Amino acid sequence: MTLEKEAILRLLEEVKDPEIPVLSLVDLGVITAVDIAVDGHVTVNMTPTFAGCPAMDYMKKDVEQMLARHGISHFTVRMSFDDPWNSNKLTEKGRTALKDFGLAPPPTYDLILDLDILEYATCPNCQSTNTTMRSPFGPTLCRALHFCNNCHQMFEQFKPL
Amino acid sequence: MKREAIKDLLYKIADDQLILGHRNSEWTGLGPILEEDIAFSSMAQDKIGHSLAFYTLLHDLGEPEPDIIAFSRSASRFRNSQFTELPNGEFDFSLIRHFLYDNAEAIRFEKLSTSSYAPIAKVATKLKGEIKYHVLHANTWLRNLGSSTEEAITRLQNSLNTLMPYALGMFEPSVHEQELIATGIYPGEEKIKAEWLTKIQQVVAQTELTLPDISSLPPMLGGRAGQHTKYLQPLLNEMAEVIKIDPTAEW
Ligand SMILES: [Zn+2]
Repeated sequence: MTLEKEAILRLLEEVKDPEIPVLSLVDLGVITAVDIAVDGHVTVNMTPTFAGCPAMDYMKKDVEQMLARHGISHFTVRMSFDDPWNSNKLTEKGRTALKDFGLAPPPTYDLILDLDILEYATCPNCQSTNTTMRSPFGPTLCRALHFCNNCHQMFEQFKPL
Repeated sequence: MKREAIKDLLYKIADDQLILGHRNSEWTGLGPILEEDIAFSSMAQDKIGHSLAFYTLLHDLGEPEPDIIAFSRSASRFRNSQFTELPNGEFDFSLIRHFLYDNAEAIRFEKLSTSSYAPIAKVATKLKGEIKYHVLHANTWLRNLGSSTEEAITRLQNSLNTLMPYALGMFEPSVHEQELIATGIYPGEEKIKAEWLTKIQQVVAQTELTLPDISSLPPMLGGRAGQHTKYLQPLLNEMAEVIKIDPTAEW
């Protein structure tokens, strides 16, 4: 069975981040390339969000299972740093999904990730930017803890990287 | 020849990360406040992930699988600096080590991101973003506690005095130093050390602490040549406990 690249991407849209079940791997930006060889062999290249993220192994297995379940018998899923992840790879759809999930999306930035960007967050509850970073480390590697000085609530942010 | 130099470089970087990552993980459940418990556990996860990335590069160069490299060598075959293997001590001690180590690590990654050896450059390009959070965490705590109560300042200063010679041990030059510099793979430890001193001095200057005069401090060398303190082997035994019982275990 052969599938078009677009069809493979649609399948991968169905695979979600196990820690943020509203966010697809495509919108997360960890799917860096999909190639279909002339003999039908499908190669999916992936890259980790954080090198130590334990969820990456699950995501890779989920991708393999999704391909197998749709009758693709010849495939390779590769995890590499060839096209390294950064938070600018999150799609607009992914950012909206994060917000709906109650997580502040990372601010987009140009080229250099400086300290101001690390500490900047918009409160997902009241949209205020008058917020303070409480800790760069949250419940998972990709989340930081912030406090909103406007609505006086703690919130989590998907870290800019 | 060049291959040996690259392997040596990868081993010392990855071993530092693995050992310090393990020390960081020992704070899990013991942190002085919940946020710090989480922070040290997260940094442990990051560091072990970083070491895996570098052990994978070693595997690509013909060394054994990352798990084998990490769990089946004895202390004398580890290339980490003695600095990273010292027990955690109290929170001030761990905090100072975190501050001294991660400021150096950030510079290493920045330099390696332009290494002429492309596989290292790729990994470092990725990790230099992650390490910024470690530096931010360390510098914030140092600034806050380093200008707070007399007890905090005294404790931090004592730890800084104790750890500085060990921290200098991170920059122990390897026998391949000149080759790595000449081939543009790594700028060399002297260069990293000079930038590191500037960086940490900038932060220390914003506190009541004083950086010890390093001109009269003999660095604690030997780690890069496999000479370790009595603290490393017990740590390795503990790390390898699961794999020794069941080499196929997954956890
Ligand atoms: Zn708010």
